[in-house]
Amino acid sequence: MEYQAKELFAKHGVATTLGVVVETPEAAKAAAEEIGGVTVVKAQVKAGGRGKAGGVKLAKTADEAFEYASNILGMEIKGLTVNRVLVTPATPPQEEYYFSFLLDRANRQYLCIASVEGGVEIEEVAKTNPDAVKQIAVDPGTGVDEAKARAIATEAKFPEPVFEQAVAMIQSLYKVFVEEDATLVEVNPLARLEGDKLEALDGKVSLDENASEVRHPHHEEFEIREEADPLEAKAKDKGLNYVKLDGEVGIIGNGAGLVMSTLDVVAYAGEKHGGVKPANFLDIGGGANAQVMADGLDVILNDPQVKSVFVNVFGGITACDEVANGIKGALEILGDAATKPLVVRLDGNNVDKGRAILAELDHPLVTTVDTMDGAADKAAELANA
Amino acid sequence: MSIYLNKDSKIIVQGITGGMGSKHTTLMIEAGSNIVGGVNARKAGTTVELAGTTQPVFGSVEEAMKETGADVSVVFVPPAFTKDACIEAIDAGIKLLVVITEGVPVQDTAEVWSYLQSDKNHNGTRMIGPNCPGIITPEESLAGITPHTIAGKGPIGLVSKSGTLTYQMMFELKDFGFSTAIGIGGDPIIGTTHIDALEAFEADPDTKAIVMIGEIGGDAEERAAAYIKDNVTKPVVGYVAGFTAPEGKTMGHAGAIVSGSAGTAQAKKEALEAVGVKVGKTPSETAELMREIMNNL
Repeated sequence: MEYQAKELFAKHGVATTLGVVVETPEAAKAAAEEIGGVTVVKAQVKAGGRGKAGGVKLAKTADEAFEYASNILGMEIKGLTVNRVLVTPATPPQEEYYFSFLLDRANRQYLCIASVEGGVEIEEVAKTNPDAVKQIAVDPGTGVDEAKARAIATEAKFPEPVFEQAVAMIQSLYKVFVEEDATLVEVNPLARLEGDKLEALDGKVSLDENASEVRHPHHEEFEIREEADPLEAKAKDKGLNYVKLDGEVGIIGNGAGLVMSTLDVVAYAGEKHGGVKPANFLDIGGGANAQVMADGLDVILNDPQVKSVFVNVFGGITACDEVANGIKGALEILGDAATKPLVVRLDGNNVDKGRAILAELDHPLVTTVDTMDGAADKAAELANA
Repeated sequence: MSIYLNKDSKIIVQGITGGMGSKHTTLMIEAGSNIVGGVNARKAGTTVELAGTTQPVFGSVEEAMKETGADVSVVFVPPAFTKDACIEAIDAGIKLLVVITEGVPVQDTAEVWSYLQSDKNHNGTRMIGPNCPGIITPEESLAGITPHTIAGKGPIGLVSKSGTLTYQMMFELKDFGFSTAIGIGGDPIIGTTHIDALEAFEADPDTKAIVMIGEIGGDAEERAAAYIKDNVTKPVVGYVAGFTAPEGKTMGHAGAIVSGSAGTAQAKKEALEAVGVKVGKTPSETAELMREIMNNL
């Protein structure tokens, strides 16, 4: 979110005005009084187009700040509820620029995008006047030193009165990008204020989750839990790789690729069974012991939309008998909480032993089907029953 | 023949003493790989007993290569140390570097890739991965974690972003077998791409047809399609996972995310079909398409 991006900007010496983040209209009024003069009240959600949605308002007085904050708090922008607003001094820009560093996966390097034309409507500028949007490759091995920052500022044609400030800011933004392990650092607009002062008026930072895990434990505080779906939050607490979707067939599988493929196969099968769809993505990885299986089933069975569950495991490293024992153990752990039919497809390593365990279990909720396509069809059929 | 890896490959394991490293070194030895030792600076000079063999532990990749003549290294070190392990192996001049480790910060991989492109890569090191199952030339050698029991040697070359889909596809086509199966990994930045593997399979006389498995995110499949059009004469069958993935949600792999209209499974399928690649709707249907091709060769 904007205020979090600005905190990271300030930490690395990028000129910006932090403002005050508040959660009530009263606090917004107090913040506006403290700042004094004209303020801007801005919705804080992880979505673009906040201004167009009516989530950004100019308040001439503290009472106006109260009124706008009352309107904006609770508003929905692109499906996200606004729980916070940022109150900042109104600093009308003389000119608006665009600047970003991002991961360029196609070319396996970093990319800097800069434009001194436009600002907020950068996509529009890119379409109508592509020459005004400069794309400059950055080698991850050498990065951005002063000379490179100077070259970028020159190519982007930053005007003389703010040129040196731009060179300094480019280096600071690169520090944000590298030291925080971002995949995107965007300033939009980068504003030229009165007195030729360059400032990041709004911004966005996307962080690499792998890097946060490995070397930035403090990034956890940027996560706003209340925005996450409650089932996703529950899964995350249990260390499960789960994404909630809008469908009726719960999915458990091993390996990201196989689970994605399972969602597709279920969606195709659903076409023949009343249009049922996959309810979630859940990758339980290589382990698949009873506890992981029980945790996964528990999350899925708590989804009121779910009518049936498809467990699709290919035993590569994992042996199918371990997976079958995991399912057996999970059903024991869940007891009466297991209420919906389970279709299980096991293949690969030790498949015969695995299927034998499930056959012996002979659980009324469990159906085993030998092929992935056949099992998807059965799960879709049960979800449509 | 095969690509990148064969029975003469001499393999060392960086991180051989760790949990993952020792478990999978054992499985590699059982698969018939010629494992000649491992690297762990803190345990240099010791040995480890794995699958009935005694493996020497060296202090550095350079030393391991000098003592054993190794030309392949498989990396199992934790994500925080993966970049340094890769740079060390490139400096030592390893020919093939297979990075299994999951969860490597993408900027670390970007730096390693930059290093590989620079003149510091003095011996032309090829990197596979990170976050991948590695590479198997069935009945000859395994450098990675692919189960060697799924399928034997045969005329099909396989390249895939996903580990379990690699296993699934090898299983579906086990009656034909594989020249080499390579899992390139699902991270946003990877060393060896679909295109690299296609080029190598095209040049490999023992590969008669190629299965290419992709997934949502990025434009690697679209680029591969363009490459196939001009450079690949062997039949290619494709599969793309993630048709039902919603925009903006990461599906397990760090690289598997649809952003805007870019990176969708539909766009990838269309790009592949436009250059004559038959694309299956499911793994089984894809295997069926390959079966038809093999039966008519």
